[in-house]
Amino acid sequence: MGNPELQFLSHVSATTVVFYVLAALTVVTALGVALSRNILHSAFSLLGTLAGVAGLYFMLGADFVGVVQLIVYVGGILVLILFAVLLTREITDIRISNLSVSLLAGLPAALLTLALILQVGLRAPFPRATAAVAPTVHRIGDALLRDYLLPFEIASVVLLVALVGAMVIARRAVKEEAAASPENPEATK
Amino acid sequence: MTALILGAPAPGSGAASLLPSLAAIGLHHYLAVAAILFVLGLLTVATRRNAVAILMGVELILNAASLNFVAFSKYAHGGVSGQVFSIFIILLAAAEACVALAIVLAIFRSFKNVDVLKTTTLRQ
Repeated sequence: MGNPELQFLSHVSATTVVFYVLAALTVVTALGVALSRNILHSAFSLLGTLAGVAGLYFMLGADFVGVVQLIVYVGGILVLILFAVLLTREITDIRISNLSVSLLAGLPAALLTLALILQVGLRAPFPRATAAVAPTVHRIGDALLRDYLLPFEIASVVLLVALVGAMVIARRAVKEEAAASPENPEATK
Repeated sequence: MTALILGAPAPGSGAASLLPSLAAIGLHHYLAVAAILFVLGLLTVATRRNAVAILMGVELILNAASLNFVAFSKYAHGGVSGQVFSIFIILLAAAEACVALAIVLAIFRSFKNVDVLKTTTLRQ
């Protein structure tokens, strides 16, 4: 076994190193999302940010939330965003597809906001509790069907409404486009 | 052993010193990462001209809030309520992205671009 204190230190430093690697991945790719000139680079940077946040969830012992983050964000929302990027950008001016306005005013404002949040958040005395690292799926299922049953059901209705709404909005646009092109025989019917 | 290390309060930052140490990862480290994510999302939303890029900024902000929920759920609450909240956040982000991207596509079809400075009328 060796010296238990040394072993403890090595474990702590491994955790620390993994945390800083994940935090660096998250922050650097988020910088790419915020500042890249090319919208495709922004979209692919968002992949790194979402994956880094998923890794931070795993480090926090939230295995179910991490898996949900990977499946829903990386597998769903990011693909949706990439589709939107590819469908809407003008191919000719990809270099200027992602312009920013008044970045000179935005950067100092953002830095001031960050300083304010850190000043408040890092000094506030939060209560301390220790959560054991254990599989959380059971407890989350219990919480969803006991304490949070009404929000759970409302969430499913919200998903249904969003699905139908998105279909209606996108379908109207497709129909207008089909009606606008006269060579399409389907549009006259 | 892992549970002991991950769940233990940071040795360097006891009740006496509120400022966190750099080596022992605690609640404040996650809060700092979430704050940076939030500010970058805010910057993206405030300065981008492309509607899809603004949506990416919204996703950054939602991720920051969700990370805060999970961090507080581990270090300050101890239950799974924060994780349930973060699952609801992810769900609402999915619904929001779905509807917003449909709207962006509709805007692109009628305006031929997605620059939010140029789409100033409700109908053409």
